[in-house]
Amino acid sequence: MGLIQLGRHDKDGAPDVITGTVEKAVNWARKGSLWPMTFGLACCAIEMIAAVSSRYDMDRYGAGVFRASPRQSDLMIVAGTVCRRMAPVIRKIYDQMPEPKYVIAMGSCATSGNIYDSYSVVQGVDRFVPVDIYVPGCPPTPEALFDGILKLQERIMQKRVFVTQPDQVKASLKV
Amino acid sequence: MAFEDQRTTVYKVNPEHPESETLPTLRTEELLLNMGPQHPSTHGVLKVILELEGERLVKSTPVMGFLHRGVEKLAEDGTYHQFIPHTDRLDYVCAMYNNFAYCRAVEKLMNLQVPERAEYLRTIVAEVQRIIGHQFWLGTQALDIGAMTVFFYCFRDREILLDWFDELCGARLTTSWYRIGGVERDLTPSLIDKLKQFLAYFPAKIDEYIVFLETNRIWVGRTKGVAVISAEDAVSFGLSGPTLRGSGVDYDLRKYEPYSAYPKCEFSVPVGKNGDTYDRYWIRVMELYESVKIIQQCLEQMQEGPVMADVPSVTLPPKERVFTNLESMIQQFKLFSQGFNAPPGEIYCGTEAHKGELGFYIVSTGGGKPYRLKIRAPSFIHMGAFDHMSRGYMISDACTIFGTYDIVMGECDR
Amino acid sequence: MHQLIKRIQETFSVGFVGATEWRGDVAVTVTRDTLHEMAQFLHDDPGMDFDYIVHVSSVDWPDDDERFEVVWEFYSIRKRHRIRLKTRAPESDCIVDSLTDLWKGADFMEREVFDMMGIRFRNHPDLRRILMPDDYTEGYPLRKDFPLRGKGWRDTFDFLDEVPR
Repeated sequence: MGLIQLGRHDKDGAPDVITGTVEKAVNWARKGSLWPMTFGLACCAIEMIAAVSSRYDMDRYGAGVFRASPRQSDLMIVAGTVCRRMAPVIRKIYDQMPEPKYVIAMGSCATSGNIYDSYSVVQGVDRFVPVDIYVPGCPPTPEALFDGILKLQERIMQKRVFVTQPDQVKASLKV
Repeated sequence: MAFEDQRTTVYKVNPEHPESETLPTLRTEELLLNMGPQHPSTHGVLKVILELEGERLVKSTPVMGFLHRGVEKLAEDGTYHQFIPHTDRLDYVCAMYNNFAYCRAVEKLMNLQVPERAEYLRTIVAEVQRIIGHQFWLGTQALDIGAMTVFFYCFRDREILLDWFDELCGARLTTSWYRIGGVERDLTPSLIDKLKQFLAYFPAKIDEYIVFLETNRIWVGRTKGVAVISAEDAVSFGLSGPTLRGSGVDYDLRKYEPYSAYPKCEFSVPVGKNGDTYDRYWIRVMELYESVKIIQQCLEQMQEGPVMADVPSVTLPPKERVFTNLESMIQQFKLFSQGFNAPPGEIYCGTEAHKGELGFYIVSTGGGKPYRLKIRAPSFIHMGAFDHMSRGYMISDACTIFGTYDIVMGECDR
Repeated sequence: MHQLIKRIQETFSVGFVGATEWRGDVAVTVTRDTLHEMAQFLHDDPGMDFDYIVHVSSVDWPDDDERFEVVWEFYSIRKRHRIRLKTRAPESDCIVDSLTDLWKGADFMEREVFDMMGIRFRNHPDLRRILMPDDYTEGYPLRKDFPLRGKGWRDTFDFLDEVPR
């Protein structure tokens, strides 16, 4: 928890006042309650399901509530090969998500197309959707996915809430 | 895409009713509902356009191709050895069985004999893969119907086996442990011990799954009598695996055209009667018991020996020699970059994967790369029967029907 | 296996082009005109009894006059024998009879052959693309003259123009 600088005031021995910025509080709330959307496309979806199961429990990071509807979620984990035919669907779902929204490209296929350098596979989902975190692997183990989620949480803590984003933190399309 | 105009039916109130002249008539229309491609229960990216009359399915049109990766075209671009990782990602739930099917096909083409220990190892690992495949199926089918506990239990036991695979070949899911001519490396004593412990622990767990489901009226009510297909239709559609055996046809390639170490093992093939979802579920659960039996027999019968055929022009050298011996390194390099010289001709080889008959039709004109490689994927063929199987059932049965077919889009779209 | 080839040759001396038996697989090549008749014989004849359709696929031989080869593979569950049926079609007239009236599973399989190779099937109930989108204009991917990486469709995202960015 070193990212939050807090001041604590003890009154009669009990710490009951914590000071900080509102921005940090908002970011802390946002990172601790990421609601992913069920968007498994291919093999990485199986590892995503395994990450949600009881052994690697994703719920302890607050990210266990998988919503089927994009309108109710704020994290899209693109898990699997992105085919050109599926691309408009992914973009539409991304546009339907309310702000603030984050995208994790899980697996090598979503990052760069992997071994599928063929006529129908988009070489990376970042060609049409801005991506925040890339998790490499084929498939990445659930621990690798958690590494990605934790890095996403760190990134969320760096975001500005009430002012415009600095360009280094804002995700953009890599064409 | 042309659909029939939405049919309008006008229902008149019962004419014997005293107010039948003044009461309004009921008018129903057919509704077109789109399901997918992003949907929590379509087991991947599949779009189905359902024509509904009330809650009844009149016609369903599956639309596939959202995961079409061009694997058959990629096969023509690389050597036979380079295609093995592609086969992993076809039916990614039980990846090694695809490797097995492909390696068998290439060995048939090359007329290679695999050593006996390798055959036993292949059979053992293939049956372990069948167990994890059926566990995955059972977990997701139960989750779709609403029995969430079974999902967690199945995945808990599946994790034990995924750790076993991790120790065997380094990957949990998309393993590529099979090679053309044998397997990559032998089982260590620690792996054999862990497998024996698992076999002692597992049958009680299967009983647990059964208890959770069979005593549940909702499960039985939602699976009995749903998605019935007759034996004749099933054979005509080309269905295979538990989907076909549920209708009473006992076609199982492990018995009809025995391969690998299956002829030396004693096991039975469960066959259903009614061709409904319940029978197919029961068959898959019984197959879990049979897989345990096969693995136990193979472990007892296995003798020491080499795990890779010794044909230097085709099979890869052991990894230790590749890093220490110059000739082995050159052999590995040539086999991967140029490929071995396959004879001209064509073969088809089918294997009983856990979903059905997975086959490879390979056309070779000589040289290291296949001229044409066609994958006979059971999921694709089962989708062909989806419309036939779903007519007349309720919309909530659509998810059950996806599950009972055990469709995986990686295999369906290739 | 050899009995199968003999019986087919006796019954269809006109349409029979050739047969091979290699590595245990029997393959029979027939002319396009006798294809449906031959398939009917394989399906209905009690000695043949091929009730299970295994796969339908196609091979492209660009150097031959009859460029496309369509391959059907059947299996008989009761008699436990397999056969492969092949026919050829030239590029100018690549239409072959559909066998969906005999085996229902041929429906999707023939659609895939049409999608990937461009071969049409006469009397098919619903012949349209299955794996590629309906409006795919670049051609037929599995032909030998089609480049592996396609012709640029995978990198053009026209749907992005409608998105406010």
